[in-house]
Amino acid sequence: MKIGVVVFPGSNCDHDALHAATEVLHQPAEFIWHQSQDLTGFDAVILPGGFSYGDYLRTGAIARFSPVMNAIARFARSGGLVLGICNGFQILCEAGLLPGALMRNKGLRFICRDVHVRVETAATPFTSAGRAGQVLRLPIAHAEGNYFCDAATLANLKTQNQIIFRYCAPDGSNEPSANPNGSLDSIAGICNRERNILGMMPHPERAVEAALGSTDGLVVFRSLVQSSARQPAAAVS
Amino acid sequence: MPSMLATKIKVTPEIVAEHGLTPEEYARIEKILGRKPNFTELGIFSVMWSEHCSYKSSRVHLRRLPTQAPQVLQGPGENAGVVDVGDGLAAVFKMESHNHPSYVEPFQGAATGVGGILRDVFTMGARPIAVLDSLRFGAITTANGEAPEAIARNRRLVDGVVRGIAFYGNCFGVPTVGGEVEFEPGYAGNPLVNVLALGIAPKDRLFFARARGEGNPVIYVGAKTGRDGIHGASLLASAEFTEESQRKRPNVQVGDPFLEKLLLEACLEAMATGAIVGIQDMGAAGLTSSSCEMASRGGVGIEIELDRVPQRETGMTAYEIMLSESQERMLLVAERGREAEVLRVFRKWGLDAIEIGRVASDGMLRVLQHGQIAAEIPADALAEQAPVYQRPIAAPKASSTREIFFRLSPAGADLTANFRKLLAAPSIASKRWIFEQYDHMVRTNTTVVPGAADAAVVRLKGTRRALALATDGKGRWCSLDPRAGAMHAVAEAARNVSAVGARPSAATNCLNFGNPEKPEVMWQFSEAVDGMAEACRALSIPITGGNVSFYNDTLGKSIDPTPIVGVLGVLENADAALTMAFRNEGDAIVLLDGRGALPSAVSQRSGSEEREALREFSSSEYARSIAGKLAGVPPAIDLAAESRLIDALVALAADGILSSAHDVSDGGIAVTLAECGFASQGLAGEIAWRSDEADELALFAETGARAIVSLPQASLARLLTLAAEYRVSATQMGRVTRGQFQLSHNGATVVRDDSAALGEIWSGAIEQAILGEQASKQA
Repeated sequence: MKIGVVVFPGSNCDHDALHAATEVLHQPAEFIWHQSQDLTGFDAVILPGGFSYGDYLRTGAIARFSPVMNAIARFARSGGLVLGICNGFQILCEAGLLPGALMRNKGLRFICRDVHVRVETAATPFTSAGRAGQVLRLPIAHAEGNYFCDAATLANLKTQNQIIFRYCAPDGSNEPSANPNGSLDSIAGICNRERNILGMMPHPERAVEAALGSTDGLVVFRSLVQSSARQPAAAVS
Repeated sequence: MPSMLATKIKVTPEIVAEHGLTPEEYARIEKILGRKPNFTELGIFSVMWSEHCSYKSSRVHLRRLPTQAPQVLQGPGENAGVVDVGDGLAAVFKMESHNHPSYVEPFQGAATGVGGILRDVFTMGARPIAVLDSLRFGAITTANGEAPEAIARNRRLVDGVVRGIAFYGNCFGVPTVGGEVEFEPGYAGNPLVNVLALGIAPKDRLFFARARGEGNPVIYVGAKTGRDGIHGASLLASAEFTEESQRKRPNVQVGDPFLEKLLLEACLEAMATGAIVGIQDMGAAGLTSSSCEMASRGGVGIEIELDRVPQRETGMTAYEIMLSESQERMLLVAERGREAEVLRVFRKWGLDAIEIGRVASDGMLRVLQHGQIAAEIPADALAEQAPVYQRPIAAPKASSTREIFFRLSPAGADLTANFRKLLAAPSIASKRWIFEQYDHMVRTNTTVVPGAADAAVVRLKGTRRALALATDGKGRWCSLDPRAGAMHAVAEAARNVSAVGARPSAATNCLNFGNPEKPEVMWQFSEAVDGMAEACRALSIPITGGNVSFYNDTLGKSIDPTPIVGVLGVLENADAALTMAFRNEGDAIVLLDGRGALPSAVSQRSGSEEREALREFSSSEYARSIAGKLAGVPPAIDLAAESRLIDALVALAADGILSSAHDVSDGGIAVTLAECGFASQGLAGEIAWRSDEADELALFAETGARAIVSLPQASLARLLTLAAEYRVSATQMGRVTRGQFQLSHNGATVVRDDSAALGEIWSGAIEQAILGEQASKQA
């Protein structure tokens, strides 16, 4: 599959995502400059972590206006796979491609450490290589990871099975102290109604090699590769 | 020929003094110019000849540091030091201080400290891959009876500095992977913020700050110039703090890490075009230092037109533009005819980039504004001909601090309560609350994260290697004996690097001292340099560059002399990195000692040996935490023993038989053992040994050249063989257990506690001190 990694001014985890795609998964991957509107040939696009536009105004608030976001909206409508990691998740919410918003961490500080998340469903192209209930150890590194949406949206997310990852204790159980940032319902990642756009706060690309301390992030990437094998590249104009 | 621009302000003796220049220095300026300087020229000389920029008080001493070795590609004198690390790669690294601005405005002071050192690294063509910070603050707990207002201010400083470092490093996208923090009363009025940055570049594609080629365009790139930070170098970094220090706020620079990230990407991309001849970041003294240094190093002149400089504010004078320390700016020289290639790259990244002048052949720095000459000075005079001072040196009179005050507990007494107190001491306690605010994983190179080992380890993608980094510096020991303290700083940083299995390769340093015009301070500096030089020679570690920060005084009182050393090591096999956590229940716990076989454990020590041991113990963290004061002398240092231990650890790591390794330092063996347990998943140690020392000395003495390792019992024989080869003694002290942490000495159990409970005390102490009990429970 061909993976694109979008580079906004201020994206920091773009090289990490590319490395995961090319060196670990051995898939062809390229950077996509934020002004490009051409996503032809890509099967999946990653919006990486970082501080696009320095988090000026609000994190992700300016990046959502980058020209590439129009192309991404079209790409997604045609069934292309879009993975937003950390800042990428924030941008997808600002762009309205995912519901809700990421607010400041409850503790009001940046947090960088390993957390555990539970895979809530394997019925997405991003978790199909895993199983519901599986616990992943992944790093987080953010100051605005506190997911929020209104009651109606939350109810909808639940009925439509769109909550994909929740923070949990190492044994997979619900545990308030396992939620590092005050996220509503311990939500760590969600997908859209069509299940082809995923946003997640933890960094799977930082957990793809033993040298980095965990390979649990491979679940997400392997699912992506498997899923694109099943569907041909989306035709995008 | 354009005429001289008349400055509004006339130069008077008062104005000269306000600029921090002595009458003799002024006379020298007149002699160089052959006339009186105008106000702009005076400003330019004052920053370039300030202590911070010219090193006028330190140069004669720094010459004594060893700087050469086969692996050193660039020693002191450029923006950073450069070391060959194999596979065609060069490590570009340096440490710098930003102490004074951090006292005045902790958040921005620390942030711009990070920004400044990052630029020093990437201006040489190296992408920054790691940052470490070495911080010193006053007391943040009431344990030693400090005044509540002082403690509150220290807490605010810690909070502001940590948030500032996090703000800049995280947004810029470099992992902050290590460092150390210590708390000593002497830093209350003068916190220290020393930042080390490491970058990697292909060794045949390095860039230097040298202008060349008459007519080549001089190009300004990056942020616009404003009025921030004017006199940051000459007034903040080169003068003491007094009660009026609040007014120095406008001198603190303001940082924008997003802009610096754009600048990084644009610079690396522009460098790849091949059109850049020389490049220098605009740091202390901004446009002034970058232009005259590049000209001077290249043996050429530079002419610039200030009207072309992008400005953030209207009506800036030549003085203001030349002295501004606005951040995130670089000055570069390109090949004439290839300007467009360079400008295009910066435009793509949304940065200002404009030709503001050209290289000249007459060696002059010529500054034009509104069509007239605002300043005209020989570049060399600014960059190379600052006065060099042999400041008077005077050792302090023998003080009572060399006396012993520490009263030992009786043999066999239960030391558990004291141990808990020690673990809660901020200098000993876990720094987790601090480093969890730093993104330490971005760029996916960090294979040993903060807290996991004695040094940080970052891998070099595309090779089998990794680089290890550690910083160390003990003000409390240097205050008692600057030479010994400095030797310990080098030894400890090197030992830390070897504890992860890396061979120390080179070092950078940051020398933080008081007012150099005081003879005792100059004596401390000279002694520390000598100590550092001796240790670096003994351990074959060249100094590749660094920074001197003088004038760390407040209200007439100097800080403890604090030379901080950052050692870089090379790990041939990244996968062989050692960490400190115990791994397996039942593993043997062994003490390695570079001094080799010790005299028989039960022989009686002489009275004077006992007194000396106690005098050394009085300088320990245990003494500070339990008795509330510090005195005596640092432990005697044996560089040959340190060297043997370093070699042994590197060999043991490569051999692969060890489960863990952790060097012994603050808090002695007891703290080392406890930390190996805390880093693990519920493991602890059961230790029993005999010696002729008192219990507290055996457990908490900070004698050097020691490390605690653990390994499967079955590999013990091999360990003993290898250790003997390196003439390092290896003594089994106990085994790895689960649950209870227990230390027995000379048959008596002196510490016994639940390891998890101890771990909680150690882990939460700093968060509780900064946030208070309430807040830390919620967070």
